[in-house]
Amino acid sequence: MNITHQKPPADDALPAIFRMRAVTKEYQVGDNVIRALRGIDLDLFAGELVVFLGASGSGKSTLLNILGGLDSATSGSVRYQELELCGADDATLTEYRRQHVGFVFQFYNLIPSLTARENVAIVTEIATDPMAPDDALALVDLGARADHFPGQLSGGEQQRVAIARAIAKQPAVLLCDEPTGALDSRTGIKVLKALEHANRALGTTTAVITHNEAIAAMADRVVRLSDGRISDISHNPGRADPETLHW
Amino acid sequence: MRALNRKLFRDLWGLRAQAVAIALVIAGGVATWVISLSTIESLENSQRMFYQNYRFADVFASLERAPLVTVDRIREIPGVRAAEGRVRASATLTLQGFDEPVEALLTSIPEADDAMLNRLFLEAGRLPRAGDDSAVVVSESFAEAHRLNVGDGIDAIVRGQSSRLVISGIGLSPEFVYQIRPGSLFPDHKRYATIWMRQRPLAQAAGMEGAFNDIVLQLERNADAAAVVEALDGILERWGGTGAVLRDDQTSHSYLREEMEQLRAMARIVPLIFLGVAAFLLNIVIHRMVRMQRDQIAILKAFGYPNRTIATHFTGLVMLIVLLGIVPGLALGGWMGHGLANIYREFFRFPELFFRVGPPVIASAVLATAGAALAGTWRALWSAFRAAPAEAMRPEQPTGFRRSLVERVPLFRGLDQPTRMIVRSLERQPIKALLAVIGIALAVAILVTGRFQQDTIGFMLDVQFGFAAREDMTVTFIEPTGRDALHEIRALPGVIEAEPFRAVAVKLVHGHRSHRSAVQAYGRDATLHRALDRSLEPIEMPDSGLLLTDWLADQLAVEVGQSVTVEFLEGRRPRLEVPVDGVVREFVGASAYMGLDAVNRLLRESDSISGVYLTADPSERDRLLGELERRPRIATTSLLENAVAGFNRTMGENIRIFSLVNTLLAGVVAFGVIYNTARLALSERARELASLRVLGFRRGEVAWVLLGELALLTAAAIPLGLWLGYGFCSLIGRAMASEFYRIPTVIHADSYAFATVVVLAAMLVSMLAIGRRLYRLDLVEVLKTRE
Repeated sequence: MNITHQKPPADDALPAIFRMRAVTKEYQVGDNVIRALRGIDLDLFAGELVVFLGASGSGKSTLLNILGGLDSATSGSVRYQELELCGADDATLTEYRRQHVGFVFQFYNLIPSLTARENVAIVTEIATDPMAPDDALALVDLGARADHFPGQLSGGEQQRVAIARAIAKQPAVLLCDEPTGALDSRTGIKVLKALEHANRALGTTTAVITHNEAIAAMADRVVRLSDGRISDISHNPGRADPETLHW
Repeated sequence: MRALNRKLFRDLWGLRAQAVAIALVIAGGVATWVISLSTIESLENSQRMFYQNYRFADVFASLERAPLVTVDRIREIPGVRAAEGRVRASATLTLQGFDEPVEALLTSIPEADDAMLNRLFLEAGRLPRAGDDSAVVVSESFAEAHRLNVGDGIDAIVRGQSSRLVISGIGLSPEFVYQIRPGSLFPDHKRYATIWMRQRPLAQAAGMEGAFNDIVLQLERNADAAAVVEALDGILERWGGTGAVLRDDQTSHSYLREEMEQLRAMARIVPLIFLGVAAFLLNIVIHRMVRMQRDQIAILKAFGYPNRTIATHFTGLVMLIVLLGIVPGLALGGWMGHGLANIYREFFRFPELFFRVGPPVIASAVLATAGAALAGTWRALWSAFRAAPAEAMRPEQPTGFRRSLVERVPLFRGLDQPTRMIVRSLERQPIKALLAVIGIALAVAILVTGRFQQDTIGFMLDVQFGFAAREDMTVTFIEPTGRDALHEIRALPGVIEAEPFRAVAVKLVHGHRSHRSAVQAYGRDATLHRALDRSLEPIEMPDSGLLLTDWLADQLAVEVGQSVTVEFLEGRRPRLEVPVDGVVREFVGASAYMGLDAVNRLLRESDSISGVYLTADPSERDRLLGELERRPRIATTSLLENAVAGFNRTMGENIRIFSLVNTLLAGVVAFGVIYNTARLALSERARELASLRVLGFRRGEVAWVLLGELALLTAAAIPLGLWLGYGFCSLIGRAMASEFYRIPTVIHADSYAFATVVVLAAMLVSMLAIGRRLYRLDLVEVLKTRE
């Protein structure tokens, strides 16, 4: 079953900044065609925090990659405001990522030869309206560790540096792929708090991908995927404080 | 095929580009190894066989003239096994269809049979029949240069008397493996001939009936050579002996010895550079591979593969790459070795010069290469052997970085982050960076060294023929002659300028050091043929003192202001103390110089000269040559310019081929080092670079992080390489310095530029190859996995 229309979020005033229509994605793997997305229609609204839930292979990472301009849809339309991402060339996608998107990954993907501050600076140096790297680190409560190299930080700290790096350019959207996937639950909650704080403080639209049901409670909206389709969209009456989550 | 072997071949396939780059460097090492060792071996064998079978003499002496009975006295010197007196004479030859004079050295062979010593190897024909006065054997190189065959005739002028000679044989002598006109820079087979004829007709032509003017000795096995030389000199002194020499100072032999010394030096150094670079490249590639495959090694071991098998597996990979280099290296070495042997055949004449790549050479090349490869990789192989299964399964510790030293310099504090990544990555592995710089620098140095020969020979020719010796021809008299001969020559048609010279054989003694040489004497106002000082400015002949070539001054350990004892070996043979007034710089030969008047005063000869340098009107040249030939007191006339052109023709092609091969090999080294360094950096950093792309870095910006490092390494390597290249050239020059020539370290700016451009090109090619991979970097894939 396709869900073609979503109700806008509780706060009706928010405009949609992403509009996805009939998005499909197919991969050729050997002789087989894998259909990762089989027709997605979805809007994302400014400032909301959306959690995408789904099992491994449900298509959630593919969706995030397409939203982030790392991958292109096979058919359909993906609009970020006025920009059509579907079929855009590499240079356009690079500019798009550079100006508008912040990424957080499961394995942090920090540059080992740069300190925490420099890992943030590497993004702010190429952004048009960034915040100061130290402010971004303060936002994730890592001001004191700014001069440490990734090798000297714990997993949770590394992930918070990654969040600071992602938000420092003040992106329109923050895309997080299993941000707590490599962390224990106590550390994971610290990371989620940092995400929550950034979302509230900066009003950045935030999409979090996870297979961890417990995280869904902190979202405005929860989108469930299975087998390349959206199977359900639900609204949380209120966002739960990450501190109250456990798994 | 066993699964592990499949893995081996697939791993190799995955490494193919790097493996090929390394194999090419190995091939260069194996090729140079094979070429130099095989060439040395074939030269040594040919030399030994020729010397033994054709009884190369041990002692050589020339004199003015002694009665034949003297030979019997010489045979009685203790330690002498055989002695043979000979007649030698210079001649000028004229050949049909060749309009320049050809200088020839005629040597007698006994009336019947072959010589006892320095016997002739006959390539074609036979020895002159006894009684056949016109029959001669000519040297093979000369016959080849003029396409002469048995039965052809040559006109020879000895002491002004023309006679028709007929070639009965074409041959070689161990005495003339290397045939060069005394004082020449290069052999000139077209204009210098060695000819043998029977004793009686030659003695007749040279005015030596019942006498000899040259003698060669063979010594007993345990003879005291120095004592024999002393005794011989004692006997010959009254007959105008100019001092006997041992084999080591015999011209042909010492050229050959010098050549083999150079080859041995090349065999030691050049393959070492290639194999060292190959070992370094293998080190970085295999080290990386073992690190990347930690988990695979762990699983194999967990399933029960013994350590030994795992270590053998990776060793097998190293050996496969080595094999990939050895096979083409042997082929290339064999092919180039034949080319080199052909060049040697042009210069060194043996009955046979078989170039063969023998099993010992192949075995040593294989062992040296395998040894170098293992030396470069043993640490990585050892770590694969040692890796404990459980430990290897755990992910590797994240690499520790720290602020780089450079950043403490205020100037560098403002670096942007990508540049900071470059600097820190270089500083984290300084040894690797240093070795890469050295590898690239060696390639630059090889390129500079490859151009050195051309540059310096060009310079030597320019100085010698453009500045020091500006005459068109040299006329040499049979014996010192009065100055009237100069006036006579000046009056000949076409002569523009003529200047006299006097050359006297001398022995120079200073303290316990002595050296046999010649005093060249010119007029004080000489402008055609001049000696040059250290800064290559013409230096005036002193009134009474002596000028020494810098090399000779070093040999005698004498300085300007001190005196040397000059023993003249001609005329009334005075022995005098003469002050050294100055030092002469000269690249060819090692002479002493004096004023013409001073020499005549010391010899108490009024105004005699040995010959004349002259410039001539080209349109009158042939007439002039005819006139000169007709004069009996003229021994030889030689033309200068044509000899130089001839050399350029014969050597030019060879130099071009060798410098092309040299450029290719050096390019391979540069490419191998740069490409492998880049490829390694890419694989170490793929994840980092993909992360940057995800963060919105453009392709060009990401490329800078990777390629900036390469550019930095190359930029550091080029000046170092140019400096090393200069150093190599000056070492080569110093190693090759001999009595015959000294090689100045002259490298033109365009040679430096050439080396730089080739290495930059190798860098660009590597960058393009890496850039392609960078372009295809899979952004999504790299984010999924933990390194």
